[in-house]
Amino acid sequence: MDLSLFYLFGALTVAASFFVIAQRNPMHSVILLIASFIGLAGLYVLLDAPFTAVTQIIVYAGAIMVLFLFVVMLLNAPREDPPVVDPRRPLLSAGPRRIGGVLSLVFLAEIVWAFSRVPTTAMNDAPGIGDRVSSVAAIGLEIFTTHTFAFEATSVLILVAMVGAVVLARKNL
Amino acid sequence: MDNLQAIMPMLIVTLAAMATMLAEAFRRKDERMPIGGLGVIGLVGAIAAAGLLWDRNAVGFGVIQADNFSLFVTVVVAVIGLFTIMFSSEVVEREGIPSGEYYTLTLFSVVGMMMMASATDLLVIFIALEIMSIAVYVLTGIKRTDAAGTEASFKYFLLGSFSSAFFLYGIAFSYAVSGSTRLDALSTAIAQSASAPGPMVWLAMGLLLVGFAFKVSAVPFHMWTPDAYEGAPTVVTGFMSTGVKAAAVAAFLRVFLSAFEPLRGDWTQLLTWIAMLTMVVGTVVGVAQTNVKRMLAYSSIAHAGYLLAGIIAASAIGKSAVLFYLASYAVANVGAFGVIAFIATRERNTGELTDFTGLWYAKPMLAVLMAVFLLSLGGFPPMAGFIAKWYIFAAAVNEGFYTLAIVGVLTSVVSVFFYLRIVVMMFMSSNKAELEVPPFGIVGTLGLALAAIATFYLGILPTRLIDLATQSISTIF
Repeated sequence: MDLSLFYLFGALTVAASFFVIAQRNPMHSVILLIASFIGLAGLYVLLDAPFTAVTQIIVYAGAIMVLFLFVVMLLNAPREDPPVVDPRRPLLSAGPRRIGGVLSLVFLAEIVWAFSRVPTTAMNDAPGIGDRVSSVAAIGLEIFTTHTFAFEATSVLILVAMVGAVVLARKNL
Repeated sequence: MDNLQAIMPMLIVTLAAMATMLAEAFRRKDERMPIGGLGVIGLVGAIAAAGLLWDRNAVGFGVIQADNFSLFVTVVVAVIGLFTIMFSSEVVEREGIPSGEYYTLTLFSVVGMMMMASATDLLVIFIALEIMSIAVYVLTGIKRTDAAGTEASFKYFLLGSFSSAFFLYGIAFSYAVSGSTRLDALSTAIAQSASAPGPMVWLAMGLLLVGFAFKVSAVPFHMWTPDAYEGAPTVVTGFMSTGVKAAAVAAFLRVFLSAFEPLRGDWTQLLTWIAMLTMVVGTVVGVAQTNVKRMLAYSSIAHAGYLLAGIIAASAIGKSAVLFYLASYAVANVGAFGVIAFIATRERNTGELTDFTGLWYAKPMLAVLMAVFLLSLGGFPPMAGFIAKWYIFAAAVNEGFYTLAIVGVLTSVVSVFFYLRIVVMMFMSSNKAELEVPPFGIVGTLGLALAAIATFYLGILPTRLIDLATQSISTIF
């Protein structure tokens, strides 16, 4: 049961993510991204991490994607243009761009190789896997004890991002 | 109390950044306010705090290690910030850059750099990396009317977030290996399986290596560097070519020489190739440039190669050589970009090579200073760059990396060609009428003079700093 659900959600996530970048219409990309996030949330549930799953749905699939949709609609973004060949930038023409595709396939092969080499028992008793991730109380305890500094530093990060966004977006130059 | 002590330098700069932000918010529309001064106070405070913390080895929250190594880098980064602020005072006004936001982002970026140099937890290193990078992405495009700047900022942002993804993936695999993001836990886990490391370890190491190589702009992850350095406002280029590199090299050194130390034999082979490629590509492509900012971008790629050579030859000498190199490269490079910023005008600010024609006749002092900085970057004897390079190559030879040292020496000989080309342009073409240089104020002049004095001081009397560097490195590895 668990295994078939894993394959279902996994396939949903991978397929949706693939079509996100294969679409020319930004609106379709955004909707597919939501599907991919929902697949991820399903995987989190299977990993006994319901809190992460719920956060994934509420924050990413919900709030952030609504923002994305609004931006796409406000910009009235048209379909993406087909790629143009710019003679001044030979690296961006179709041939060299395939190198990027090949490199990503190599990377995929590496990852698959790595995981196939790890015995499944090692996966099950890998450090860090246990029941402590599952409860909200445990997560809160981790955040405010082990990761206090990271938590506080994140607030600086968000502040920087806000200042940056204001600088880049404000009207009067 | 111990916790707060360890983070004191970055805490002070954070507060200064917030004060700058508030000062801008409460500034009346036409009121002039020396906002940069707040930054200077904060950075000087951070240097003082670092001095007080020296030799105390304070630990904050379990993830910030205020050992001498991180304090050394903290001081270097703070000095880079000070120079940047000094050079910025007139440039910001001339180019119409929003001053409050500019100084705020610069200071926050310095906070990120300090945090990156002192963090001993991969998660914190990542957050620090993002604080630093996001501030720098925005600074690159802070002149919104400038198309080149916006393009550079966007490219830097896209490629930078891509490399962050690699780095994060590396952290995820490290977590899978050790069940913790702490470097000491990772080190223990790797040491246990050092004889036959699993594929997860290789993936973690490779992905983290990509993330760091991108930030220090090592070949083949250097593609963003020339565009970002050319498009950014010149003072910002000076800041990011030195500060970002210093912080990234510091974190690189800490992660690879503590957590991945058991696998050193393996990663040095890989890194040797990267370092040699970086030196060669940076130098050879740099020779062909006609824009000074682009040329210095390639030169900074080549310098990344020399720094990597120091990390590879990580004997006690090699490690302190890296720190000394960072300091001497920082003062010379930030000074060179300062001069480029000073001779630019509102219309002519792209830093073309021809802008330097006959600078000696228009502004002799600026020409002399520029020559000092360039010759130091090229590694000429009385300047800091010579000692730094000599030290790195000596360490490489001592550890038996002969090819690396030979490639390094050859590329630095070739690189002299493009540094001298600018010097020749400045002194030997008598194109007097063309060049008009805007007047510049006392703060910027003082900054340039200090940078030049530092370049000479480190070149003629390097022992004091080398001792400090050796002390600081010996406490941790």
